[in-house]
Amino acid sequence: MARAAVLGRLEIPTSRGPLRWQFGTLAEVVRETPRVSSLYLDVPDWQGHLAGQHVDVRLTADDGYQAERSYSIASAPDDPRLALTVERLDDGEVSPYLVGELRVGDRLELRGPIGGFFVWRGEDDRPLLLIAGGSGVVPLMAMLRHRANVESTVPARLLFSSRTQADVIYRDELSRLGAAGDGLTVFHALTREKPAGWSGYTRRIDEAMLKEVAWPIQESPAVFICGPTPFVEAASQLLVAMGYEPRSIKTERFGATGGTA
Amino acid sequence: MNSESHNHARLAATTQVEEARLDGNAIGGLLREIFAVEMTAAVGTCAFCGAVNEVGRVQVYVRAPGTVVRCPECEQVLMKIVRGGGRYWVDMTGVRCLEFSEA
Amino acid sequence: MGFVSRGFRGKRRDNVSSSRVPPGQYVVTDFPVLSAGPTPHVNLDQWTFSIEGEIDEPKKWTWKEFSALPADTVTKDIHCVTKWTKLDTTWKGVSVDTLMEGVDTAADFTTVYSDGGYTTNLALDDITANKAWVVYEFDGQPIEPQHGGPVRFFVPHLYFWKSAKWVRGIRLQKEEHPGFWESNGYHIRGDPWREQRYWGD
Repeated sequence: MARAAVLGRLEIPTSRGPLRWQFGTLAEVVRETPRVSSLYLDVPDWQGHLAGQHVDVRLTADDGYQAERSYSIASAPDDPRLALTVERLDDGEVSPYLVGELRVGDRLELRGPIGGFFVWRGEDDRPLLLIAGGSGVVPLMAMLRHRANVESTVPARLLFSSRTQADVIYRDELSRLGAAGDGLTVFHALTREKPAGWSGYTRRIDEAMLKEVAWPIQESPAVFICGPTPFVEAASQLLVAMGYEPRSIKTERFGATGGTA
Repeated sequence: MNSESHNHARLAATTQVEEARLDGNAIGGLLREIFAVEMTAAVGTCAFCGAVNEVGRVQVYVRAPGTVVRCPECEQVLMKIVRGGGRYWVDMTGVRCLEFSEA
Repeated sequence: MGFVSRGFRGKRRDNVSSSRVPPGQYVVTDFPVLSAGPTPHVNLDQWTFSIEGEIDEPKKWTWKEFSALPADTVTKDIHCVTKWTKLDTTWKGVSVDTLMEGVDTAADFTTVYSDGGYTTNLALDDITANKAWVVYEFDGQPIEPQHGGPVRFFVPHLYFWKSAKWVRGIRLQKEEHPGFWESNGYHIRGDPWREQRYWGD
């Protein structure tokens, strides 16, 4: 991580050459919600990353059986440790290991960073519209953390759909970021609960909600949508129906595994 | 079988398959293994309908005997990737042209 | 042995040595859904099943005609090339032998083709003499769309990619034409007992 700092905050990690598998050591676990934890890893040979990229994680059982999954990087490029935020799926194969079994001091095999399409760079001066469904917030959080680190003041809006209040990942940190007065507004939508005193939306994303949250098309915002496939496609189609240029919308679909594949 | 239960089953199945469908971001690692360069921002032209899209926008089916990549517009097969027994088999006949940057 | 993830077990895979489980396979109790593309919307009112190609008079059945044909109920084990095996699966459908009754052909090979563009190649010998069916029920219920319903091919003695979902017909051919997967790394025949997964196996 020190190396990335030396290279400077605008350095773009190499995108040529095969990626090798490397090891991270779990340094800290932060429980975000009952089902979601963030894993903070020390990765000695980490070359740096861009906000929005992911890593592939590979687990090996003692009989040689391997399982691989992709997880978005939650930490910003300049953060000291590599963070992955993982939702534990009851019928998952990898997530119950990462959230539940993996202990501080254990090594985790990973490769990355991966992705050149679904990335946000701090120099981007377009308004930023982020739409997240559940754990789809992870790569978007990396973008917001990066935005804060580089002290960008481009107008930014996050529309974040979660099941219940208790399921809202990064809730406190998002409150702080949204109160920083640097042009970020956070909107929440809950789909399965209407808590007393809740000031956010209490329904699934629809056209009326997007009309209130999204900028007029003339502002030409950069749009990033991430979450389960049906969520991403519904949100994307709504924006296109509102007149947004499809090319301005970038999407990343998570499978039922909570990550990509 | 009556058409109502059939339609209901069809909707449920569509949801399951929809959930199983990802996009080109999901094969970023696999493509980097094969091309030795970051590919999700590479731009491909569909050999069937001519649609031009970044790899990050294409439809990807990963729960299959191999990886199947389809055009988001016409749904024809852009690429098939099979990996096994120490080898890769890559069919790119559905991609007329692939553009990606040097840097 | 290289790195091992401490405490990682993975999904339940019974590497049971059993005469019913081919080499490299493990037994599952669920029924995994594999998809290479969107689920086709099949309308039985318009559905037909054909036998064509190297045949003097091509045959075609509507759903009404097809469902009136004599059907078998068979219980077989199925083996997917992705390594899962499911024991004792019960299917109902029309035997290919019934469909081929009275057919004279010089063809040794076939292509089985489906809605959505999927194809798989099969030797005629591999789908006759009580080895293959065109099925429409699984476990006593109409086959769900995600599992290939309303009608799929069923040839359980070969890897399950050969049991084409959403089947529409059999094309009789004098030459072998590798299908969707066979043209891209998967074995031309796919016998699980000889572990014929990939080219060269």
